[in-house]
Parts: sequence; structure tokens; C-alpha cells
Amino acid sequence: MTAAIDILSWLMLTAGGVFVFIGGLGALRMPNLYTRMHAASLTDTMAAVLILGGIMLQAGLTLATIKLAAILLFLLLTSPTASNALASAAILSGLQPDEGPIGKREQGE
Amino acid sequence: MYYAVTIATLVTMALALVRALRGPTIYDRLLAANMFGTKTVLLLSVVAFLYGRPDFLDLALVYALINFIGVIAVLEFIRVREDDSDGKKTTGDKAS
Repeated sequence: MTAAIDILSWLMLTAGGVFVFIGGLGALRMPNLYTRMHAASLTDTMAAVLILGGIMLQAGLTLATIKLAAILLFLLLTSPTASNALASAAILSGLQPDEGPIGKREQGE
Repeated sequence: MYYAVTIATLVTMALALVRALRGPTIYDRLLAANMFGTKTVLLLSVVAFLYGRPDFLDLALVYALINFIGVIAVLEFIRVREDDSDGKKTTGDKAS
């Protein structure tokens, strides 16, 4: 039972590390602000859930697990809000996406 | 195992710093700063268990809150400054 929990938490930590690295690479190499935002929000949600969940499995039922759950809750609440505010501020300042519905509509008119 | 996650988080923080320095627009820099803050929270959580000191979790909790408030404050500052700079760059008119 303990070994199973260890293996599961190791898998989650490894997957979280991989997601963090992929998201950082995407945030550096994507061509556009909105695609970069996609890569960055991948690390904010998926990697955070995997890493903090993996640590939670290691911690067991202690006070640390409650603190980790609070951190995860705050991250899951605030990170999409910040991404939404950033994207809406960028759109309002006139930074249009290169492709997609909004860009094509601007070109078509 | 904690070492691998720590190294991956540190590498991603370095990549976010590179994006913050190279970013063409100010929103790229702000996105990188937000990402750097979130990675700091994850790094603090992992390092707390890497060193066996769960006290660091309080720091991570506080950092998560301050990072969000900081990003929102900087966004509001950018919007107010663009409204004040000249009349053509007002941000509210393009939405309505």
C-alpha cells in the first residue's frame, strides 16, 4: 500500500516536472502572445495540480497536506483570473492575434 | 525525485526570465512575471519537502496571494497609464 502510494506520487511528480518544462519551453518559443499564454497557463494548472498532488501523497494526512490544498486552491482560483485579465487587457490595447477568428475577421472586412 | 522537479522548475524559471527580458510587448513581460511567480510557489513547495522543512509552505501560501495581487495591480497601472498618455490610445473605446 505504501509502495503503491510512493509510486503514484513519483509518477505525478515526474509528470509535473515534464509539464513544467514543456510549458516553460512553449512560453519561450511560441510565436504569439496568446499562444505563449496558452503554454504558460498549462504550467499554472496542470503542472501545479500534478506536483502539489504528488507532494500531498508523500505528506500523508498532516497539517502540510492542508496547507498544500490551500495553495492549490489559491493557485486554481487566481491563475485563470490573472490570465483572463492579461488577455483582455492585451486585446483591449489593440494587440490582435495573428490567426484565428478575430484576425481573419479583421482582414476580411 | 524532488531534485528532478526542483531542477525542472528552476530551468522553467530561467526560461520565463529569458522571455521577460526578450518580450516584445509589455504583456509578454507581465505573462513571464506571472509565470515566474507561480513557479516560485511550486519551487517553495517542493523545496520544503526536499529539505524536510514544512515551514516553507507558509511562504508559498503568502507568495501565491501576493503574486496574484501584484499582477492585477500592474495590469491596472498599465491601463491607467495608457489612458493618461494620449487620447488615441484609450483602451476602453475599442471594446465598445
